[in-house]
Formats: sequence, C-alpha cells, structure tokens
Amino acid sequence: MNEQPIIQLFDVHKSFGKQHVLKGINLSIYKGKTTVIVGESGKGKSLILKHILGLVKPDKGEVIVYGKNINKIGKKELKEIRSHFGVLFQNAALFDSMTVFDNVALPLRERTGKSEAEIREIVNYYLKLMDLDGSNDKYPAQLSGGMRKRVGLARALVLNPEIVFFDEPTTGLDVAKSNEIYRVFFRTQSKFGYTSVIVSHDVPKIFKLADYVALLYDGVIQECIPPEDFQTSENPAVKEFVEKTMGIIYESEEVEE
Amino acid sequence: MNIYKPFEIIGEITIYYLNQLGRMLIFLILAVYNIFKLPYYKISNITKQIYIIGTLSVFVIIFTGMFTGMVLGLQGYNTLRKFGSEGLLGSAVALSLIRELGPVLTALMVTGRAGSAICAEIGIMRNSEQIDALECMAIDPHKYIIAPKFIASIISVPLLTAIFDVIGIFGGYLTGVKLLGANEGAFFTSIYKDVEFEDVYMGFVKSIVFGILIVWICSSKGFFVHLERKGGFGAEGVSRATTSAVVLTSVAILVFDYFMTSLLI
Repeated sequence: MNEQPIIQLFDVHKSFGKQHVLKGINLSIYKGKTTVIVGESGKGKSLILKHILGLVKPDKGEVIVYGKNINKIGKKELKEIRSHFGVLFQNAALFDSMTVFDNVALPLRERTGKSEAEIREIVNYYLKLMDLDGSNDKYPAQLSGGMRKRVGLARALVLNPEIVFFDEPTTGLDVAKSNEIYRVFFRTQSKFGYTSVIVSHDVPKIFKLADYVALLYDGVIQECIPPEDFQTSENPAVKEFVEKTMGIIYESEEVEE
Repeated sequence: MNIYKPFEIIGEITIYYLNQLGRMLIFLILAVYNIFKLPYYKISNITKQIYIIGTLSVFVIIFTGMFTGMVLGLQGYNTLRKFGSEGLLGSAVALSLIRELGPVLTALMVTGRAGSAICAEIGIMRNSEQIDALECMAIDPHKYIIAPKFIASIISVPLLTAIFDVIGIFGGYLTGVKLLGANEGAFFTSIYKDVEFEDVYMGFVKSIVFGILIVWICSSKGFFVHLERKGGFGAEGVSRATTSAVVLTSVAILVFDYFMTSLLI
C-alpha cells in the first residue's frame, strides 16, 4: 500500500433532510486495483460513488481524484477528470431512444474526432467482447437485464477509461447471468488493466474479484482491507456483516453434516 | 400545533420558488452560452429537433390557423358591416393575426404539442440517470441535449407563426369574401395598405421570445424534475412536471405578450 492512491475521500458527510447518511467517509482507491464497497442496501453505497463522480456535493469533507479536490475545480477540469472515467450505472442508464449501437457509439461520436467507419469498427469490437454481436439495432427496452448491463459496460469501456465504476453490476440478475457479468469483468480488466470500484452486495462471490473490500456501516467505512483479512477481521461491525451474509451458508453446512 | 408552523411553511415555499427561479435563470444563461460555445454541433442533431418541434407541428398550425382566420372573417364582417366598413375586413383580419393571434396561438399550440414532449423527454432522462450518465461521460448535457432544442425552437416558432398568419388570412378570405360576400379587391387592398413593416416586426419579435420561453421553461422543468417540491420521482413526477411546465409556459406567454405589446406598440 505504498503507492499513492488515485482517489481519496476525507471525512465526507452528507445529509438529506434530517437523515445523516454519510457520517465521515474515509476511503482510498489504488491504481490498477479492484475495490469493492459492501454494506446494507439503502445506506449510501451508491452515494459514495456519486460523490466520487462529482454528481453530488458533500456537506463537509473532501473528495480528491488525481490529486484534485473535485468540488473546488472548474467545470473544464472536472470534465477532463471525468474523461478518465467509465461508469456502469445500477440500471445501466442506457439512452432508451437510441439503439444499442448508437448508445455505445455516443461517447466516441461526441468526444473523439473519429470517422464513422472507425467508430463502427470500435463499437463492433466491444459489442463482440460482451457477446452482444447481432443486437446492434435493438433498443434497450428490447433487451434482457443482463444484456442491458453488458451494453452499459461496453459503453463504459469504449473510450478506454482508467477508472471504471460499477454500481451493483449484478443486482437483479440470476446466478448464471451474474456469473456472466463477472466473466466479462475478468476478461476486460485483465485486457485493459483499469482500476475499478464496485458497489455490490453480492457477498461472498464479489470477494473473488476484490483486491480490497470496504464495509460501509453506520455511515462510516469500517475497514478497507483485502478480502482474506476482511473475513477474519476482529472489527465488530465487519464481524457482524460477515456472519450475517456468509454465516448462514456455514450454518446450513453444519446442519447437513 | 406549533404557532410558528404556518410561517415555516410560507418560508419554505418562498425559498423553494426563489431557488427554482434562480436555477432556471442559470439554466437559461448556460443554454445560451452553450449555443455559441465551440465546438459546434452536428447538423443532424439540430435538424432532428427542428423536425420534432417544427415540422411535426405544421399540421396543427395549419388547422388552427385556418379556423382562427375563418372565425375572424365571420366576426369581423358582421361587426364591420354595422358601421358600413366591410372594406376594412382584410386589414382587420391580417392585423389581428400578425400582431397578436398568430404569435400567441402558435406559441400556445407549440407548447401543447412540443413543449410537453420536451419536458417529458428530459424528465425521463433525468429520472433514469441518463443525464448523470452523460455528465460522467464528460458530455455536457446543456450542450448535447438542451442547446439543439433552443436553436430548433428559435428557428421553428417564427416560421410556424408565419404559416399561421398566412393560412389565417386565407381563412378570413374564405369566410369573409367567399361565404359572406365582402368585396375581394377591397379585402386585399386594405391588407396591402394597412399592414406595415412594424406590424410584421412586432409579430416576429414576439414569436422569437415565445420560442425561447417555450423551450426554456419546458426543458428546465424536465431537467430539474428531481428537485420538484412535491417530489419528482417516477412516472408521476414527470407527469406533474410536464403539466406544470405547460401551464407555466402558457401563462408566461400571455403575460409576456402583454408587456411586449405595451413596449412595441
């Protein structure tokens, strides 16, 4: 952990009305690593992502990305930082009045000066990578949930980002479909070597992907440690989380024995 | 009950509406700034919006323009006949269309047809995180979604108003001259004699301002749907925002019409 983190959150607070959701988040994300943020639903995991993306401003605290406080820089600089990002939203956030092809082509069309022929080639390459060849002319509403997420992933990766954010990439998918997403994730990460931040509650499966696991509990990141340490941590909140999410499996095994 | 409660509520509502006004003004400034900001757009982006706001409204405009002109012919002829001045029918119809009814009714029809669609489209994009997605892709939604709609509206509404005026005058001719028998030569001569450049200019300025009002209010209502006071979430949030966008735009058109008339007359 000697390396300098590329994203840092210092004491980030956020309230909505009387609800104090984030109560001092401290988190560091390291280059080339996969950091998974886990925790109960509806407690602010996605909100942390939105702070990093600069979509939400913290009430207090700092969000540093590439050494810059993203709430203190101008629009232009923020845009420049975001150009290194790729984001897979929870519901994929595809442009529903555009075809799959146009969705993936949009960042290329708007942000690069590539010709239509080059764009076609790149988009087709990414769609093939996601096993989506043949769906070019379909609209998002005509796709299944898993396919939509893969289109979202293709769109997130198409500009070759340095950091990719995944907001619950497998929520709402069955086991086979979520394994498929994980396979695509493995394949693309080993190919492109991007840094990734994943918000998920697919525990324990998500541990296999993680270099670091961060637990959000009671508005605070309790620990951000490698998954092996996470499972044996003495921190009471982590212990409780591990028992709650993984304990049942062990218990049932015991019963079976 | 807390005796301060009513004051709290009044204060909250006041702050909300001041906030909303501020957001909308900033939104307008950003939109105008983005119209002129480099790099310029793909032409296809603007022509698509002109098609949606302008071309698709042509039929409705022809239809309403025709009936408005026809009813003006009927009313005008019967009123003017009492004073024996049927010869002024042409200029009465043309002036009321060019100065008032053309710009106002066109703007109201475009609000109903295209303004509501703009608000709903952008509202749904906001609610399904599509606008957030654009921002995260470092694509400025003001530039990509809003500015082309502004340009399209500023181009389309004056042209639609012109169509409305011409069709309306033709409608007045049909009822006044063909149906009721006013003199055809007097009808057109009075138009030729009485309609001056100032009248056309007034209608033109109005139609441009209305075009901006429509696209400004409707798109900002959609853009900020998540900040609506009564909650802007889901389908119901979008429907509420759309309703209030249409009502607010219609009222704004009539109010602005009064003030612009008093300034330009």
